[in-house]
Amino acid sequence: MEVKNISIKNMKYEDFKENEYLEEYVKELKANGVNIAIAKLDDLINWGRSNSVWPLTFATSCCGIEFMCLGAARYDFARFGWEVTRNSPRQADVIFCCGTIVHKMAPVLKRLYDQMAEPKYVMAFGSCAISGGPFKSSYHTVMGVDQIIPVDVYIPGCPPRPDAMIYGMMQLSRKIKMQEFFKLPKQPHPIENNEPVETGHALSLPTETTKGGDQ
Amino acid sequence: MKVIDELLSKLPFATTGLKDKTYTVSVPKENLYEAASFLKKNDKLSFDFLMDVVGMDYGDNLGVIYYLSATQYPSYIIALKTATDDREDPQIDSISDLWESAGLYEREVHDFFGIRFVNNQDMRRLFLRQDWNGYPLRKDYDTNPELNPIPLCNEDLNDMENMPVIEMVVGEKQDNVHKLFDAEEYIVNFGPQHPATHGVLHLRVSLEGEMIKKVDPNFGYIHRGIEKMSEAYTYPQILHLTDRLDYLSGTINRHGTCLAVEKGLELDVPERAHYIRTIIDELTRVASHLLGWGCMAMDMGSITAFVYGMRDREKIMDIFEETCGGRLMANYSVIGGVMNDIHPNFQKRVKEFIPYMRKMLKEHHLLFTGNPIARDRMEGVGYLSKEQAISLGATGPTGRASGWSNDVRKIEPYAAYRHADFKEVLRSDGLTFDRYIIRLDEIEESLKIIEQLIDNIPGGAYAAKTKAIIKLPEGEFHQRVEGARGEFDVYINSKGDKSPYRIKFRSPCMTLVNTLKSIAVGTKVADLIMLGGSLDYVVPCIDR
Repeated sequence: MEVKNISIKNMKYEDFKENEYLEEYVKELKANGVNIAIAKLDDLINWGRSNSVWPLTFATSCCGIEFMCLGAARYDFARFGWEVTRNSPRQADVIFCCGTIVHKMAPVLKRLYDQMAEPKYVMAFGSCAISGGPFKSSYHTVMGVDQIIPVDVYIPGCPPRPDAMIYGMMQLSRKIKMQEFFKLPKQPHPIENNEPVETGHALSLPTETTKGGDQ
Repeated sequence: MKVIDELLSKLPFATTGLKDKTYTVSVPKENLYEAASFLKKNDKLSFDFLMDVVGMDYGDNLGVIYYLSATQYPSYIIALKTATDDREDPQIDSISDLWESAGLYEREVHDFFGIRFVNNQDMRRLFLRQDWNGYPLRKDYDTNPELNPIPLCNEDLNDMENMPVIEMVVGEKQDNVHKLFDAEEYIVNFGPQHPATHGVLHLRVSLEGEMIKKVDPNFGYIHRGIEKMSEAYTYPQILHLTDRLDYLSGTINRHGTCLAVEKGLELDVPERAHYIRTIIDELTRVASHLLGWGCMAMDMGSITAFVYGMRDREKIMDIFEETCGGRLMANYSVIGGVMNDIHPNFQKRVKEFIPYMRKMLKEHHLLFTGNPIARDRMEGVGYLSKEQAISLGATGPTGRASGWSNDVRKIEPYAAYRHADFKEVLRSDGLTFDRYIIRLDEIEESLKIIEQLIDNIPGGAYAAKTKAIIKLPEGEFHQRVEGARGEFDVYINSKGDKSPYRIKFRSPCMTLVNTLKSIAVGTKVADLIMLGGSLDYVVPCIDR
C-alpha cells in the first residue's frame, strides 16, 4: 500500500518492518479528508521538519556512549540532518532517552520534557528505557520511560547498535512526514497554566500522545 | 608480615586472623576509632590508604568492614571489622577525620544500612532521596513499591542542604543540623542534565565572582541498586550487571568478579583464558582512554579531537564485535574462562591495530598536546598532591599523575600480567596536564602488553568446566583489579549459596568526584568542566 510521500532515500518502503501504524494513520486521514492546499503545505513543512530534527543531549548511562558513537565520524547522524544536538531542552525537538531512568531522575526527565516546545518527540533507547531492562528487579528503577512521558519510537538492545538507532530515527522521520502539522496538539505548558512543576501536579496531567505512538 | 604482626599485637582488644595477605582484625565498636587511628598514625607503618568501606547486615547485628592498605607494602590488606547489635539506632564512631575518603563512604553505608556515624559532619543520604523510606541493603527491607512510589517532584533544596550530624559536645552525643551553604552564598546548579558532567551528576557550586568556593556533588540520579539485585541473582547472572557498572571498562569489572568467584571455588583457569582476558582488558583500557581523551578535549572546546578519538575507538569495537559479539558490552568473561574462543581473525586484526594506534598517538600529540591554547588551559591548574591523592583514595591514572604508585597490575599481578614486561607510568606534578598526558602514555604501555601476549596465546581449552549451578563455599572473598579509572575491588560474602549474601563493588569513580571537591576550590568555574574531564569519572560506576 502506497502511503503519502514518506519515502526515505535509499531505503524502500518494504524494507521497514513496522508499517502498519502508518497505514492505519493513512486510513484515518482518508476517512476524514484534508484540504488539498493544506495537505501540500503540510508535506512541505514536514519535509523540512523531518530532515532537521534537533535532539537533546540527554544520556544517563551506557547507551549514551553509543549515542556518542552515532555522533562521531563512522555513523555520523549529520547525514540525516540530526546533528545539531542541543544542550537546552527549549531548543530541542526530540529527546533520546539513553539509559536507565531511576526514581530520583524521573522528575528531572519529566521537567525536561515539559520544557521542550511542541511538537516534540521521544525515543526510548535501549531496554532500560523501554521496560527497566536488566534492572527490572531493582527497587530504584522506573520500569520504562513511558510511565513518565509518552514515547514515539522504541529501540531495543542493550545497548542498541548505532545502526539500530539510525533505523529508529528513520521511523521517526516517517512519522513526522505523516503528520498534519496544523492539527498537532498544542499542549499548554504547565507553567503557563500557573501550575508549578514542583507540586507534582504536572505529572498527573493527562498528556496527549501523538497518534501511532504505541507500537 | 613481621611489621604488621608487631603492629597488630599492640591492639589488645582486637582478634586477628590471616589469609593470603589479608589480615582480618575485629574490634568492638567502642575501640574502633582507637584502632583505626593507631593503624593510620603510628611511626612504623602507616596504613594511609582506605580502600573501601563495606556495610554489612549480619542478621542480628549491623557491621562495617574497613579495607586498609599501606602504600609502603601495597599488597597487604587489613580488613578492620566492627559491628553493633542495635538495629533501631545503630551508631558507630566516624573515622572521617583520619582519611578524607571516609566521609563519603560512611554516607554510603548510612544510606544503605541506616548506620549513623558519630562525628561525621555530613550524614545526608548519598544516593537515595532524603525522603526515601527504609534502608535497602538491610535484609529486612520492605521492597513494596507502594512505600516508595516514583516521586512526583524534584528533591527539596532544604533536604539537599541540611546535614544531620551526631556530635560529641562536652562528652555527650547531640543531634544537630548543619547548613551546607550560608544564606548569602551564590550557588550555581550544574547538572544533573548537563552535557559536560559525563553522566547525570549533580554538582552544586558556590561561587565568589568567577572563583569556586565549594563544590557539593549529589549522586544517585542513576542509582540502579545493583548490589541489592545481586543478592537475589546467581553468580553467572551477576556478571552481566558488572559490565554495566563502569561501562567503559566493563570487561575489566567482569574479569574482576570472575576472579573473585574463581578464588572462592579454587578453580584452575586455563592459561589460554588468562591470556585472552588480559588482551581484551588492555584493549578495553585503550578504548576507554581514547574516549576519555576525546571527551576531555571536547570539554575544552575541541570537537575535532573527540571525533578523532572515537574514530580510533571504532577499530577496537570492530575487534570486540568479531570476537565477543558485542560492541560496548562485550559480556565475554565467564566463570572459569571466556565465553567463546577467539575469532580466527582476532590475532591478525589486533596486530594490525597496534601500529595503526601508534601512528595515531603521534597525531593526537601533534594535534592537541602541542596546541598552545590547550597547554595554557591545562598547565598549572588543579593541583593534587601525592599525600592528598592517597588520603582521598584517588587511584588509577589520577593517583599516578601525582606520583602515587598504585597499579594493581604491578602490585598483585593477576591473569597474564606477570608474563608481560611493562612499566607503570608515573608522573610527579599532579596537575591537569599530567592527568591528561598519563592517559596517552598508558595507551602506549597497554599496546606493549598486547604486543607481547598476542603471539604467545597458549593452546588448550578456553574455559574450565564448571558445575551447572555454581555455589560458592562459605567465606569472604576479595579481589582487586586495575580498571581504566582506578582500582576496582569486588567483595563477596558467601553463605555457601548459589547467590552471594553480600556483594560490594569498589567504585574508583566515587573517590574521583570527591577529589574534584578538593582540587576545584580556587579555580575558575570554566575550569571545573575541564577538571572533571581530566579525572574522567563515569557516573553509573559511582551510583551502582
